[in-house]
Amino acid sequence: MDFLIFKAPMLMVQASLDGILLGILFALIAYGMALQWGVMNIINIAQGDLVILGGYIAYTIYLWGIHPAWGVIISPIIMFFVGWALYKLVINKVVDRDLFISILATFGIAIVFQQLMNFIFGADVVVAQSEYGTTMLFDNSVTLPNSKIFSAFISVLYAIALVIYMRKSKLGRAIRATAQNARAAKILGVDTEKVYAATFGINAALCGIAGALISITLTLHPYVGLPYTVRSFMIVIVAGLGNLPAVAVSGMGLGLFEEFADYILGTEFRIGAVFLLLVLILVYRRFKLSRKREYLK
Amino acid sequence: MEKVKQKDLILYSGLIILGLAAPYLFSAFKVQLTYLCVLIVLAMTWNLQGGEMGYNTFGNILFYGLGMYLTASVQVGMFFPLAEWTESGGEKTFVHTTAQYFQGIGVGLLVSAIVPAVIAGAIGYAILGLRGHYFAICTLGLGIAAGEIAGGIEIIGAGQGFTTPPFPAEIVDTEARGKFFYFLSFALLVGTFIFVKYIYGSRFRLILNAIRDNEDKAEAMGIQTMKYKIVGWMCSAFFCGLAGGIMGGLIGYIDSTDVAFDGREMGVFMVLMAILGGKGTLWGPVIGATLFHFFKEGLWTLILGWQYVALGVLIVVIVVYFPEGLMGWLREKYPERFGEVIDEKDRKAQVELK
Repeated sequence: MDFLIFKAPMLMVQASLDGILLGILFALIAYGMALQWGVMNIINIAQGDLVILGGYIAYTIYLWGIHPAWGVIISPIIMFFVGWALYKLVINKVVDRDLFISILATFGIAIVFQQLMNFIFGADVVVAQSEYGTTMLFDNSVTLPNSKIFSAFISVLYAIALVIYMRKSKLGRAIRATAQNARAAKILGVDTEKVYAATFGINAALCGIAGALISITLTLHPYVGLPYTVRSFMIVIVAGLGNLPAVAVSGMGLGLFEEFADYILGTEFRIGAVFLLLVLILVYRRFKLSRKREYLK
Repeated sequence: MEKVKQKDLILYSGLIILGLAAPYLFSAFKVQLTYLCVLIVLAMTWNLQGGEMGYNTFGNILFYGLGMYLTASVQVGMFFPLAEWTESGGEKTFVHTTAQYFQGIGVGLLVSAIVPAVIAGAIGYAILGLRGHYFAICTLGLGIAAGEIAGGIEIIGAGQGFTTPPFPAEIVDTEARGKFFYFLSFALLVGTFIFVKYIYGSRFRLILNAIRDNEDKAEAMGIQTMKYKIVGWMCSAFFCGLAGGIMGGLIGYIDSTDVAFDGREMGVFMVLMAILGGKGTLWGPVIGATLFHFFKEGLWTLILGWQYVALGVLIVVIVVYFPEGLMGWLREKYPERFGEVIDEKDRKAQVELK
């Protein structure tokens, strides 16, 4: 335990800014998870690994000498097809089944992804240098990498674009209709199979964007996917499905929590704190609901 | 108690004789056999939750890891300062005598059985109120959080791991260590099997099944579901803790995330083995674990480097195409063997309806 943060108010500003910018990124991943959960009723444990794969795509183009920021355009395009293929191979067989089957099946996919990424990209921690420099605030006492501001900006941009797309486009309407009632949508001529594939593809593309942003702001490693899955799961259960402003707010809240936990408990407990928070949130909601003799559904 | 049939008696005594003779017959594979026993225990205890109660837990690894750390800590802490031991190379300065070693592991295993069970009881009320996938994700989080937190605690070795006391050097027989751990794990396996078999013949199992099939209705029938869920979890925790304690001694080195709270391997294995063999059956997890272990040991070396890819693909294939497991498949094929009577007329009528 280290309470330095309460003695130095500037550290608090630092942590808050870091947390909010990071949280926006988490919210983007969580939005993808809410989308597939709401539409297809599956929980994708491989979500975080899709994020990391997207990050490695951006890192690869960085190795080729292209600026990694282009990854936010290239990575989602590739990831969309990865998601589509994944749907056609495995996910379409678990859509209508028990949720636990989807959890276990995507757990298997996550292991495969981790290992393949380990083979292809190596087990080292890598980062793509964006060379955007840093912004100094408050008399040089708060440092803010410009890449983080860039990443938050891009996340917001994509989120807005997606919301507009979901509202206006034909596919967006089909997705929303399927989420409301898959059977009725099918009767009314929506090709639900295609909608599911597209949903999973869009989710993977969102992961690709987030991954590309993570490759320039944070670090990449083949085995760090699961914390991203858990974070997005947490954000979704706090915010609820299909409530975008709530997703954004709880994403930022999670970012803040993490940064403060990092300062107070120490970096070695950061991931542990995230997972513990998940348990605590679930338990809290369980007790709140059990007063009404209900349970989480 | 129902009368044990003669056929069963032959089967069980045959298995026990095989189990007792195994370390002498397959002398080179003692470690593998110990693993097998522990895997079967883990699969059987997982089956109590996942198969019988319908609560798919990823959290039993918590008790396994806890048992591992507790046994080693008690074994060291009873005679030597624990902090100095774990700090660096304590095992070189402090040496357990033979008596100390066995006393330590005995008390350690006792603690590692009781404490996880108590913890399961303590957190059970909070966690078991969750249902379905929320429970699964929550326990997944619990297991990983435990690993991450254990990796930050200094007194049990933090990130650099914890070396468990080496087998006493005074025993010159080189086979002794392997035999000791094998018989320990075999005893645990027999104990677990008897316990689970007892549960299978009891009212307790029916209650667990009622919870699985419809918890609300079970509650409406006047069953205090929470009480039984907690007791069920405590039973699993008890045996998982023991399995972890034995495993820690066998491996000789405890790492927080790769050995003890190894959700990526052990935590998934136990689910997979139970599903492979068939959830909700007595023999399913045993067969599943045995098959899985043979498959793993046989293929692991052939596909070096690709084992996790194979594991992931295996999980997907089993879960997607084979969710009923081996016993489920057999049951569908030969229902008479499972004591199910099929009305041929009824069956034909249903086919016609289709």
